[in-house]
Amino acid sequence: MNDSTTPSRNDQPVPFVPGPGMSRRAFMGAAATLAALTVNGKAIASGHGEGLSPDRMAVLVDLTRCVGCRRCEWACADANENPHGALEHYDDQSVFRSRRAPSDREFCVVNRSSACRDDGQPYFVKVQCMHCEKPPCVSACLVGAMQKDPSGVVTYDASRCIGCRYCMVACPFDRLAYEFDRRLLPRVRKCEMCRHRTQHGRLPACVETCPVEALQYGRRGDIIRIARERIAAHPDRYVDHVYGETEGGGTSWIYLSGRPFEEMSAAGLPALAPVSPAVRTETIQHGIFKWGAAPMALAALLASLNKLTKKGEAS
Amino acid sequence: MSLVATLPIAAPHTHAHAHARPRYFTPGVWIVTAVAAAGGAAWLWRMVLGLGASTHLTDSRPWGIWIGIDVATGVALAAGGFTTAFLAHILHREKYHPLVRPALLTAMLGYTFVALGVMTDLGRFWAMWHVMLPTMWQPNSVLFEVAICVMTYLTVLYIEFIPAACERFIGRVSLPWKFARLNGLVDLALRIADRTLGRVMTVFIIAGILLSCMHQSSLGTLMVIAGDKLHPFWQTPILPLLFLLSAFAVGYPMVIFESIIAHRSFRLPGERPLLSQLARFIPFTLGLYALVKIADLVARGAIAGLPTGGFYSVLLAAEMVAGVMIPICIFASPGLRSRTGWLFTAAALVVCGVAFNRLIVFLFAYSPRDPAATYFPSLSEFAVTAGFIAMTVLLYRLIAINLPVIEQLEHGHADRPVLAPASGGAV
Repeated sequence: MNDSTTPSRNDQPVPFVPGPGMSRRAFMGAAATLAALTVNGKAIASGHGEGLSPDRMAVLVDLTRCVGCRRCEWACADANENPHGALEHYDDQSVFRSRRAPSDREFCVVNRSSACRDDGQPYFVKVQCMHCEKPPCVSACLVGAMQKDPSGVVTYDASRCIGCRYCMVACPFDRLAYEFDRRLLPRVRKCEMCRHRTQHGRLPACVETCPVEALQYGRRGDIIRIARERIAAHPDRYVDHVYGETEGGGTSWIYLSGRPFEEMSAAGLPALAPVSPAVRTETIQHGIFKWGAAPMALAALLASLNKLTKKGEAS
Repeated sequence: MSLVATLPIAAPHTHAHAHARPRYFTPGVWIVTAVAAAGGAAWLWRMVLGLGASTHLTDSRPWGIWIGIDVATGVALAAGGFTTAFLAHILHREKYHPLVRPALLTAMLGYTFVALGVMTDLGRFWAMWHVMLPTMWQPNSVLFEVAICVMTYLTVLYIEFIPAACERFIGRVSLPWKFARLNGLVDLALRIADRTLGRVMTVFIIAGILLSCMHQSSLGTLMVIAGDKLHPFWQTPILPLLFLLSAFAVGYPMVIFESIIAHRSFRLPGERPLLSQLARFIPFTLGLYALVKIADLVARGAIAGLPTGGFYSVLLAAEMVAGVMIPICIFASPGLRSRTGWLFTAAALVVCGVAFNRLIVFLFAYSPRDPAATYFPSLSEFAVTAGFIAMTVLLYRLIAINLPVIEQLEHGHADRPVLAPASGGAV
């Protein structure tokens, strides 16, 4: 790896800390406000970050650096207490023969794409919950089990969940896994960006473990800036696209690639419109039911029809 | 044509006998009972062993036929309830009254099994009550709106059906054994309920229609969030409008379909003239759906994909031709709609067409990101779905025999204006 592509000092990952000058109390307050807004159905209407903390975190995945070693898969399983074998088992390259998605026991997996580098080596794509800016799963969940945390993490609360799996239908990336095999207490399983680690100042396990620094954790704003800088510094090395900046209304996992992203689509990075599907449904839903106007008008119409036709018959 | 001639209802029959209550069990009913029993066993299997052991659902295909058929199709086919109530109670077309209660009963049973279907599908069914806790509510969720409306509407349906029980039991309450001492009290309660409901029923009828419009449409909004995972022939921001219009359109055909089967099953002459009159509305409701559907395909440019759409083009064409165009032609023809055989055929086409549409939107046209992920329902999934349908039929029969639901069954038909015998055999 040449020198200029290794992260510079100020690129160093920063664990999420509630914004500068933001006390713990103010942070809790912001969280409560966000929750209240969500309950009132007004939160984050356009999917461009309104209502989110400017310090929300993101991860940059530089596909030009990833070598498909699957260390991140092992670290992820280990950090999330998922069943996993020894690190050596992850040297097995045969898993790349089929396309994989995260499962209830593997919150992140690496796929091999069909795209190749100049030297003939394939591109690998690490996939996990993308932690959308305007997550359709959060919008879909009828009991608020899915939440977008101010730090950017999309969280799942099993104690609220009723198991309808509408979140899975809503996910534009199909990154949610379900414990179909648990009889009474099935849960949705997903990457939570190692929030149990980051809240103690540690890095997400995959980021910490990546031996080639393909992953970088930081504030989303910074991550996108770094991504753009890398493209600007090495236009020969990267295609001019920051995947996740706008895809599906934006995500917290940001990808850089040396080949067009269309070639990464089958490996798990679909081309998506720059608006979250949740914006569409919420616009429809709140449009139809705005101030209860339409239902009230219909009720009034039915009542008057009922009265009018009654008279007609009597005469 | 030959299809019609092979339908059971097309056989000429001239039964007109007196009216002892029909026997509950016939060979056909035994078969339905067996299906229901198998479904019950499969249901227990699912409840005890969980979704993984009983379904073929996967992370890529989280929704299967329990949502596609039991819920989405079940709700659509229960539309006869509010559409008939609208005609008879809101527009006061009194002649259609005989159709209201059977449709109401179907809706009541239909929604009961929709609720049971949802419960069967929920991974944490025991937490279903969370939906009723305001602290859990998440009003951005389309499913939240659907859930609240369906629960409320189910309650309204039960209330709307109370008068049928009052009619049957007021002055005739006779509880068995020691409960007999409560006869007076129950009778009083029924009288109070009957009087109160008599005064406020219009409110419930309006509420029922309103709630139906709300959740029938929201059921369409439900799949809008799937984005490009739903094929562009069906993925549209006006999916809620299309679901609402197709619910309007399937209401009367469902009533016709059921009326013919029920009367045939109870060996009654049937309500053919009334059904023919009802059928006059269908070309308009179905036509409106077709118009909006086609306009939507054209406006979004999705229609351009028709020649290259392959499997999806076939689905769309089948849905629109067999489920919409052909029945419009049949119902629009005075000659055809005056024959039971044609009425039944056309009604069945619409019923199947709308059911097919719901299946397409919820299952066939839904493509997960992983193209290799396929879904074919397991035996238990089929058994539970078939079992719920069988239970609906069994309960319908039980209630129709014991409560005043079907007029000809209740009052006999000898003393009524002579209705033309079913004449499907002439086709």
